[in-house]
Amino acid sequence: MSDYKALYQEVILDHNKKPRNYGTLEHPTHHADGRNPLCGDHIEVALNLEGENIGAIAFQGESCAICKASASMMTTAVKGKTRADAEEITQEFLAMATGKRDLGSLSHIGRLSVFAGVRDLPTRVKCAILPWHTLHAALNAVESTSTEAENDPMQAPIGDA
Amino acid sequence: MNDTHTAPQTQAASACDVERIRADFPILKLEINGKPLVYLDNAASSQMPQQVIDRLVRYRTTQHANVNRAVHTLSEIATNEFEEARRKLQHFINAREEREVIFTSGTTDSINLVMHGYGRKFIKAGDEIILTTLEHHANIVPWQMLAEEKGATIRVVPVNDAGELLIDEYEKLFNERTKFVGVMHVSNALGTINPIKQMIAFAHAHGVPVLIDGAQAVPHMKVDVQDLDCDFYAFSGHKLCGPTGIGILYGKAALLERMQPFKGGGDMILSVTFEKTTYNTIPHKFEAGTPHIAGAIGLGAAVDYLSEIGMDAIAAHEHALLDYATAQMSQMRGVRIIGTAKNKAAVISFAIDGVHPHDIGTLLNQDGVAVRTGHHCAQPVMQRFCVPATSRASFAFYNTMAEVDSLVAGIRNVQKVFA
Ligand SMILES: Cc1ncc(COP(=O)(O)O)c(C=O)c1O
Repeated sequence: MSDYKALYQEVILDHNKKPRNYGTLEHPTHHADGRNPLCGDHIEVALNLEGENIGAIAFQGESCAICKASASMMTTAVKGKTRADAEEITQEFLAMATGKRDLGSLSHIGRLSVFAGVRDLPTRVKCAILPWHTLHAALNAVESTSTEAENDPMQAPIGDA
Repeated sequence: MNDTHTAPQTQAASACDVERIRADFPILKLEINGKPLVYLDNAASSQMPQQVIDRLVRYRTTQHANVNRAVHTLSEIATNEFEEARRKLQHFINAREEREVIFTSGTTDSINLVMHGYGRKFIKAGDEIILTTLEHHANIVPWQMLAEEKGATIRVVPVNDAGELLIDEYEKLFNERTKFVGVMHVSNALGTINPIKQMIAFAHAHGVPVLIDGAQAVPHMKVDVQDLDCDFYAFSGHKLCGPTGIGILYGKAALLERMQPFKGGGDMILSVTFEKTTYNTIPHKFEAGTPHIAGAIGLGAAVDYLSEIGMDAIAAHEHALLDYATAQMSQMRGVRIIGTAKNKAAVISFAIDGVHPHDIGTLLNQDGVAVRTGHHCAQPVMQRFCVPATSRASFAFYNTMAEVDSLVAGIRNVQKVFA
């Protein structure tokens, strides 16, 4: 099996083609803008917190397939979850994508494991994690985030792209 | 395979004996992801032939010392080799005098030198600087910094849908406030070859000096700075089969002499007291500190290598590659070539419907095909063509028709994965 199949799996291609929760929310309680200035990827995440629960969530933007599929699967993964659960999944996703932790040690990743392959493609790690940075920023009321920001909210290791 | 286009055996292709040339480039024997490397990112940086690598090794093993300083033998050898490299570069671009050739760290450094040395001395509040939509950030940002500092204005020459500069619009931008023109010879993002000789003549008729960013031209065609009559011409060694960290600024001696130094330090002075420092003559006035001696000597070897093949043969072979690739790719459904100027260098920027350039780059890389994806440090070009980024295949004289076929097959595979 050639390598690209490990990354461009059916699930990812499908979410890229038919992204879930794509669009905007009318009056989101939380919203953030995420950018990767090195490649021009741009994602907006909007959500409604109902108490501690993520009620509605939507994203839109201009990005590669990895980023878009990651955003799409992220919205389905965190919808209906509490803020704390969403943050925990976010941490696990980052740990997986950056190769810090093995899949086996992660308990909330589920179908998101299709992104494990990016760890071998340092130039693409940021594509996969940008939506998660943006979600984290939105939940913490940071209006915009960048994978290159000095005060990177996730403090995820950023490889040279 | 597409049987309507078989690789043409042009005279140019045979004038450039590609197989023999490729044997000079050890890196081209690499495999990437189990596939032979197909290196099509030459506009970003080209590869070095063994002749240049050997020259660097010889310098480092038997000739290294600091230049212009000591009377010992090694320092004299290093100085002579360094100055010999300057003469090689002088002849390569046909500069009138060797003192018109300044060693810098690259195109970016060369342009910044002109901005500081010429711009900060001669550009005043209310003056206008003409640039073009096609410029690389290296020929935009320094001028923006200057404009901000001085209260000057930047005027921008627009392009048509093919990526060609609108020369009528360029000429209309001139007025009595116009004090400087900066334009690239060949576009790194689109491949457009700009009519710089005509643009320079027009600027001169208005008494305005012109800087040419030649980073993408010098590796691919014969450049004659006297024939062009440009005032400044900047380029990088690493795009010219030479090392990184070395580049050239050509400037007309009369202008260089009137300019202020860019950097202060050793080698650029004649005498220093705390009351007054007297600057050295050109080119040394602009070469403060210990230069990249090995880089200069390596670049000298690179232009020797290129001259031996011949810039005309190189241009002809690259044109054959461009024509072949353009013919193949313009037939592919869902593939759009961005930049279709009549006069083009061997650069093809392209988009595939429904596939982001990053995904294209990753998938092609799995096939061993190296292309650049992104904005190519030319965001105004991307904005003009309403794309966030493109994929770019850029060819060198050591590329082959078979490699064009690999690119085309790789693009088909991308389309299949994303079908
Ligand atoms: C047209 C053009 N100008 C300037 C540059 C900058 O060259 P360097 O990074 O070697 O200074 C490049 C290369 O990226 C280029 O293509």
